[in-house]
Amino acid sequence: MLRQKWWKIVCVLLLVYTVIAGFLGNVPALPILDETIRNLYFHVAMWMAMMILFIVSVIYSIKYLRTNNQIFDIYALEYAKGGILFGCLGLVTGSVWARYTWGAFWSNDPKQLGAVIALLIYFAYLVLRNSMTDMDKRARIGAVYNIFAFAMLFPTIWIIPRMVESLHPGGMGNPAFDTNDIDSRMRVVFWPGAVPGWTLLGVWIVTLRIRLQLVAEKRHVSEQFKKKISHA
Amino acid sequence: LLLYAAIDRGDEILTIFIGLWLSFAANSSIIGSFSQILVLFKKDLLLEVRQQYTFYGVLLYVASTIFVLYLSMGEPEGPVWKGLFWMIQLFVCVNAVAKSFLQEGRGRLLYFFSITGARNFILSKLLFNALLMLLMSLISLGLFVLMLGNPMPNPGYFIFISCLGGMSLSLVFTFLAAIAARAQQSAALMAILGFPLVIPQLLLLSKISNIAFADVIQGGLAGMIVVLVGLDIMLVALSLILFPFLWKD
Repeated sequence: MLRQKWWKIVCVLLLVYTVIAGFLGNVPALPILDETIRNLYFHVAMWMAMMILFIVSVIYSIKYLRTNNQIFDIYALEYAKGGILFGCLGLVTGSVWARYTWGAFWSNDPKQLGAVIALLIYFAYLVLRNSMTDMDKRARIGAVYNIFAFAMLFPTIWIIPRMVESLHPGGMGNPAFDTNDIDSRMRVVFWPGAVPGWTLLGVWIVTLRIRLQLVAEKRHVSEQFKKKISHA
Repeated sequence: LLLYAAIDRGDEILTIFIGLWLSFAANSSIIGSFSQILVLFKKDLLLEVRQQYTFYGVLLYVASTIFVLYLSMGEPEGPVWKGLFWMIQLFVCVNAVAKSFLQEGRGRLLYFFSITGARNFILSKLLFNALLMLLMSLISLGLFVLMLGNPMPNPGYFIFISCLGGMSLSLVFTFLAAIAARAQQSAALMAILGFPLVIPQLLLLSKISNIAFADVIQGGLAGMIVVLVGLDIMLVALSLILFPFLWKD
């Protein structure tokens, strides 16, 4: 399914729709936010894409532990890296937004802190993997840590930031996505356009990287094989 | 050297005894696993009592660090005091817990693998480290009050919070020590992995400890204690689920 073309076309179309409708469409005129409200299509949607990629990554880690199939480990690693990429993008777009609405790129908001901690935890995952050379051990310990890291995401970005005061909307309770909070003109761009668009882009990047890894591994194996033959 | 050899041989005899005891205890299922945990816990405790390496080592570490803090800071204000306390707790925890898996050599781990279940093993380690950290928290709290003064209006709460905090930190680091031991790396890897993972707990703890520092009790603190306890329960559950995968080689 992943080698098919149609979902890549859908991804490009959705992103084109997001960018055009995002920049030209009608948005509610709110004080302070003004036109920066359009960043919702980028900033928030990228965080959602990050979360989806991390969920897929942890599913592959669980699969690896159940089957010990090396391919699942590559999948888990690459999805985690994709999630980290979108997390960084979400952070950058968020701090640009914060510059124009809250007055500074960084203001130690609980949600900003939670996001940075979550990314640090995932960076530690990459460090841990690189500290081991044995393939099998690296895959298994990496999978265990990945599941552990995913579980730690919940307190860091879903629970603790909501319990304290925050500059983000929807602090002290549920964040902004019930029907009262998001304007209906924006909802038609955000849900059908931006969220699936960015998520599909993430999956596209990840699948390309996975194929690259698999090809590299195959070449490595065949080289080893050739060496063996030439020795024999 | 002779003394060391004697202690070493004592350990070997001890482990053989534990083996016999465990195989005896394994006969009945739930009571068996409970008594296995108890035996493994006793073994850790006995090793600690005999070698007295972790306890006095960490004690020396705590005392000298707090003394250096006293020399450089005198008696700090409440928020600084609180921040320093939790930072020192973090490093104490790394030092105290790191030994728990690194002390078990490859051969001894294999031996435990053959006589007991992975879950019993990790549970005994969690229990031992939690109690060790409980003790260490109380000692370092005492030393803090002794040397850096007592800026708290409500110290009673803080005793409770520091016990809870010490045990929470020990749970995270026990699991990370298991990972680091399997990755055959030193305690350095454990510290690198651990610091991002304990930030949520440290944030919660430092928010909760405001109870002890403020005259007025703020709202929402009970909720945070519930989250912290929930986090601890999640950590124990994760250790139980994931440790068997780390264990087999």
